[in-house]
Amino acid sequence: MYLSKEEERMLFGEFGYAVQKAMEILVALGKIYDAKKLVPVTSAHISGVSYVNVGEDGLEFLEELASDGRVLVKTTLNPTGMDLDRWSFMGINREFAENQLRVIDVYKRMGIEITCTCTPYLVGNAPNLGDHIAWSESSAVVYANSVIGARTNRESGISALATAITGKTPFYGLHIEENRQPTVEVRVPQPNGEFEFACLGIVVGRLVGDCIPLFRGILHAEPDELKALGAALASVGGVPMFHVEGITPEAEKYTDRTMERLTLTHSDIMSVREEYADEVDPELIFLGCPHLSLTELKRIALSLVKKNVRKRLWLCCSKQVKLEADRLGITQIVEAAGATIVCDTCPVVAPIRDLGISTIATNSAKGAWYSRNLNNLSVRLLSTEECIREATE
Amino acid sequence: MNAVLEFRGRIIKSGRAEGEALVSSQPISFYGGVDPDTGVIREKGHELEGKSIAGKILIFPHGKGSTVGSYIIYRLKKKGMAPSAIINQRCEPIVAVGAIISDIPAVDCVDTNKFKNGDWIKIEDGKIIVMRR
Repeated sequence: MYLSKEEERMLFGEFGYAVQKAMEILVALGKIYDAKKLVPVTSAHISGVSYVNVGEDGLEFLEELASDGRVLVKTTLNPTGMDLDRWSFMGINREFAENQLRVIDVYKRMGIEITCTCTPYLVGNAPNLGDHIAWSESSAVVYANSVIGARTNRESGISALATAITGKTPFYGLHIEENRQPTVEVRVPQPNGEFEFACLGIVVGRLVGDCIPLFRGILHAEPDELKALGAALASVGGVPMFHVEGITPEAEKYTDRTMERLTLTHSDIMSVREEYADEVDPELIFLGCPHLSLTELKRIALSLVKKNVRKRLWLCCSKQVKLEADRLGITQIVEAAGATIVCDTCPVVAPIRDLGISTIATNSAKGAWYSRNLNNLSVRLLSTEECIREATE
Repeated sequence: MNAVLEFRGRIIKSGRAEGEALVSSQPISFYGGVDPDTGVIREKGHELEGKSIAGKILIFPHGKGSTVGSYIIYRLKKKGMAPSAIINQRCEPIVAVGAIISDIPAVDCVDTNKFKNGDWIKIEDGKIIVMRR
């Protein structure tokens, strides 16, 4: 791999410990993936924030990096294990909270914005078409590549941080134009709403693995629907990017249509519901995986007007979206009904079993998948309307 | 009589190390597959199940599993239970990042089938010297 004079000096430690470590990581990754050079990035997004996943070891490493490491580009942070302001209300104990705050503090010292959301693109980390970026968090990666047209591989929290500290990433994979071509065509009937897009994501993710699907037959799609589709594709299948003909920015760029074809019916797509239909009474119903946009939160609030929430209902979003909701009076409606807006976190990365929760219902395909496979919860996958009904009746 | 073999690999993390080979023909998942406090392989049914990787030159085709595995390697190092070096057929990011943040010499692009348990191995950056009884 070619390194410029300056990059070599970074690797030899002339810019301090953190830059050297970060450069060693990037050069090793470059070797593994046969990158010819490093390219500058405009933005980074870091996962590995919840104390559940970072632990004491991760924290010790991050402390070492923070001794002299500072980020050079706009860098945002993924959800943490708790609502940073209302952790006690969530049922989090003080010991966990203190450890979690140490993780937050070390990221803050490196100059990272404490956004604590899996939707950085909704809170100002908004790259442009064609920008090279380094994001971790699979749902954000797939959104950035597919909907924004920025270029990122599926980074780990550590490799994204290494890029944030050096401003560079190895040039391979999805940074290279020809690797962004669709590799499988998927013909589908128009899905309706976020929930059906999410179900489509699960079914296709399972069929195509880590390929790049090109969807045909979708005539309209809201950003929130594409967010749900991508999150499911990325968590179940490892899909780094998708195209939707007529909708996403790079779909028409690639004219080679000699790829494998799949055709799905509406009932193929919705069949996934039956797999997540555990016969349980959910102790928690949550919406917002990935985090809710203001538009989604507003729609949920409208459906809660004059309703009475009888079960624990969490609406998960970023702090920034919550602040906007406060101003618009949305929070008031939601809280009057008895639901809770939970910021900075979600049931996937919070110490959910320690909160005494073993059964959940959600409208998120990704949330359902991780809740079952990572947190061993019983799960019911329901549409947004059904979730609201479940919580209020 | 001691046989001496020499291989050249690609440096993932530079450094020198010397020790006894522990060889696996199966990939290793550090997260969940290795006890982070003792260095003992605990993945059920793994060919190295019950064996300690501490202080060994650990030779396996490649890593697998969650990226949290990098932090497990780091923890093993801090506890003095990490392998002294790693040799892979084809290194992937979990092991590469783990080796780099923990300062464990690591080499790949080597045919890992060529090694046997009990080989005495010296690593000097990309050079691997094997002494076999």
